[in-house]
Amino acid sequence: MSKYLIAEIKDNRPVNKNHNLLVLDSPGIPETPSPGQFYMVGIEGTNDPLLKRPFSLFREGNGEIHFLYRIKGKGTGLLRQMEKGEKVSLLGPLGNGYPLPPKNITPLLIAGGIGIASLFPLAAKLSDSAILFYGGRTGDELLMLDELKGMVKELIISTDNGSAGKKGTVIDVLNIFLTSNSQLLTSNLLLYACGPSPMLEAVSRVASEKGIKGYISTEGNMACGVGACLSCAVNTKKGYKRVCKEGPVFAIEEIVW
Amino acid sequence: MNLTINIGKLKLKNPVMTASGTFGYGEEYSEFVDLNKLGAIVVKGISIKPKEGNPPPRICETSCGMLNSIGLQNMGVKEFLKTKLPYIRKYDTKLIVNILGNTIQEYVKLSGTLDDAGVDGIELNVSCPNVKKGGMLFGTDKKMLGKLIRTVRNNVKNSTLITKLSPNVSDIREFAKVAEESGSDAISLINTIPGMAINIKTRKPKIANMIGGLSGPAIKPIAVRMVYEAYTAVKIPIIGIGGIMNYEDAIEFMLAGATAVAAGTANFVNPVATLDIIKGIESFMKENNIMDLKELTGGLRC
Ligand SMILES: Cc1cc2nc3c(=O)[nH]c(=O)nc-3n(C[C@H](O)[C@H](O)[C@H](O)COP(=O)(O)OP(=O)(O)OC[C@H]3O[C@@H](n4cnc5c(N)ncnc54)[C@H](O)[C@@H]3O)c2cc1C
Ligand SMILES: Cc1cc2nc3c(=O)[nH]c(=O)nc-3n(C[C@H](O)[C@H](O)[C@H](O)COP(=O)(O)O)c2cc1C
Ligand code: FES
Repeated sequence: MSKYLIAEIKDNRPVNKNHNLLVLDSPGIPETPSPGQFYMVGIEGTNDPLLKRPFSLFREGNGEIHFLYRIKGKGTGLLRQMEKGEKVSLLGPLGNGYPLPPKNITPLLIAGGIGIASLFPLAAKLSDSAILFYGGRTGDELLMLDELKGMVKELIISTDNGSAGKKGTVIDVLNIFLTSNSQLLTSNLLLYACGPSPMLEAVSRVASEKGIKGYISTEGNMACGVGACLSCAVNTKKGYKRVCKEGPVFAIEEIVW
Repeated sequence: MNLTINIGKLKLKNPVMTASGTFGYGEEYSEFVDLNKLGAIVVKGISIKPKEGNPPPRICETSCGMLNSIGLQNMGVKEFLKTKLPYIRKYDTKLIVNILGNTIQEYVKLSGTLDDAGVDGIELNVSCPNVKKGGMLFGTDKKMLGKLIRTVRNNVKNSTLITKLSPNVSDIREFAKVAEESGSDAISLINTIPGMAINIKTRKPKIANMIGGLSGPAIKPIAVRMVYEAYTAVKIPIIGIGGIMNYEDAIEFMLAGATAVAAGTANFVNPVATLDIIKGIESFMKENNIMDLKELTGGLRC
C-alpha cells in the first residue's frame, strides 16, 4: 500500500452521541501500522476544510483500517456526515508509535477521553498484561468498554461526575492506585498516556514524583503530517521537535511543560 | 511539446516548483514524490545561525486557507550544507535555497556561502525585519530593498538570484521594478499575507504569535492580481505563488504573467500536488495544441 491513497468508507457509525467509528477499506497489502501511529485523513473535493486531520490508528486488519473519532469542529462534523461508498484520502501510517515494554514490566495505560483511540491497539497488543485507567467526563463518554474489559488485565474507569466507575479524574485514580499498591516497585512499572494536555502534564508530574518511566502521546496542530512544515512543534529538553515525525510518542521526561 | 522554461541562467525541465517552507528539504516528501520530476525544489528558509522558531500553536486553519507563524525555524546554513545539500544533489532537479537575514551583511554572507556551494538559485525572503532599521521589513521599503539586492548581487556569481516579494505593499509594481533594476534575475510572489484569528470561547488568538501568514486558496485572487501587475512592470521572469492547488490554478498564474509556479499549502492537502500539476499542464497543452509552454506566459486576453 502506498502511504498515500484514496480509501473507500465501508462504515461510519455513531458509537455515542458525539463519537463515530470510521471503517476504511485499505486495498493492497498495508504497511502494518504500530499502536500510537496515526494517519492524516482528508475530505476530498473541498477547500473548506482544507487540511487533513490527524487520527490515531484504532484498529486494523482484514483489509480495513478503523478510526475512532470525536466530533469536534468543522472537519469531524463533515466527516460524520459521510456515508458508506464515499471516499476520503489517507496518508500514513505516520509518526513513531509506542515502544513496547520489556518483559516482566507492568504497563499502566492512562487514557483521557478520546485518548483511548490511540491506546486501544496498544492494549490489544499487550494482551492481558496491561492495567488501563480510562477516564471521561461522564459515563456515556466512555467508549468500547466491553471490548476493553476482555483485553486488559484490569480496567479502572473513572468519571468527573461519578456517573460511571470511580468519581474523579483519571489522575486521582492513578494516584490512589499507586499509593494503595505501594508494594509494586516503580521500576517494574511503565506509563503510557494519551489524552488532553492538562492530563498529560499531570501524568508527567506523577511520573517524576514517583520516579516512574513512561511515554506520552502528544498533540499539535498539523498541516503536512510528514515533517516538512514545522507546524506541530512540541517543546522538549532538546528544543522543539515535530509531533508528526519525532512523535507523537515521547518519553515523559523529554517534554517541557 | 516543450515544458522547459528559463529563470535567469537556470533552465527548468518544467515550470513547477515547491514553495519555500512547505516542502521541507525535499527529503520529507521523497516517499510520495519522485523529486526528479520537479522543475525545482525551493527549500525552507535558511539563516546563518540555527533558529528555534516560535512557540506552538504555530498554525490554524481558516476558511480555505491557513495561518502560520513557524518563526523561520531552521538548522542554519552550516548544517544545511553538510546534511541536506548532498541529499538533494542526488536528484536530477534544480535546487533553490530561500534565505533570510536580519542585516544586509547576513544576507551577503549567506548568499556568498551558498553560491560557492553551487546551489542553482538563491531566493531572498525579504519579509524579515531589518534589526538595524528598527525592525522594518526589508521587503516593504524600496530603498532598503534596492540596497539589499544590489549588495547581494555583487557577491553572487553563479547562482540565479530571485527576490521573493512581500504582498504587504501598496503598489507591487514599484517593488518589482526595484528588484529588476537592482539586478535580481527573477522575482517570486507572493509570500503570505499577515492575518489573525481568535478563538471566541477562550478569547485567545488561535496561534501563539497572534499574527501569522495566510496561505492557501483564500489568497489566490490577490496573488494572481499581483503577478499580473508585476508582469506589466518588469521584463524579468516571475514565479507565481499563492494558493495554487491544481493545474488550472497554475495556468491561471501563467496567463497572468508567471513563467513558473510554486505550490505551497497544496502539498499539505495533497502530497503529490506538484506531480498532479505537471501532469495536468501536459494534458492541457495537448488538448489545446500548445506546443511551447512559454506561449502561456502573459497570454491573458483583455
Ligand atoms: C497525532 C494525533 C492523533 C489524533 N488522534 C485522534 C483520534 O484518534 N480520534 C480523535 O477524535 N481525534 C484525534 N486527534 C485530534 C483530532 O485530530 C482533532 O480533533 C481534529 O483535527 C479536529 O478537527 P475539526 O475540524 O473537527 O476541529 P476544528 O477545531 O474545527 O479544527 C480546526 C483545526 O485545528 C486542528 N485541531 C483541532 N483540534 C486538534 C487537536 N486536538 N489536535 C490536533 N489538531 C487539532 C484541526 O486539525 C484543524 O486543522 C488526534 C490528533 C493528533 C495530533
Ligand atoms: C508553513 C509555511 C512555512 C513557510 N515558510 C516560508 C519560508 O521559510 N520562506 C519563505 O520565503 N516563505 C515561506 N512560506 C510562504 C510560502 O513559500 C508561500 O509563499 C505562501 O505560502 C503562499 O503560497 P501557498 O498559498 O501556495 O502556500 C511558508 C508558508 C507556509 C504555509
Ligand atoms: S505537521 Fe508538518 S511538520 Fe508536523
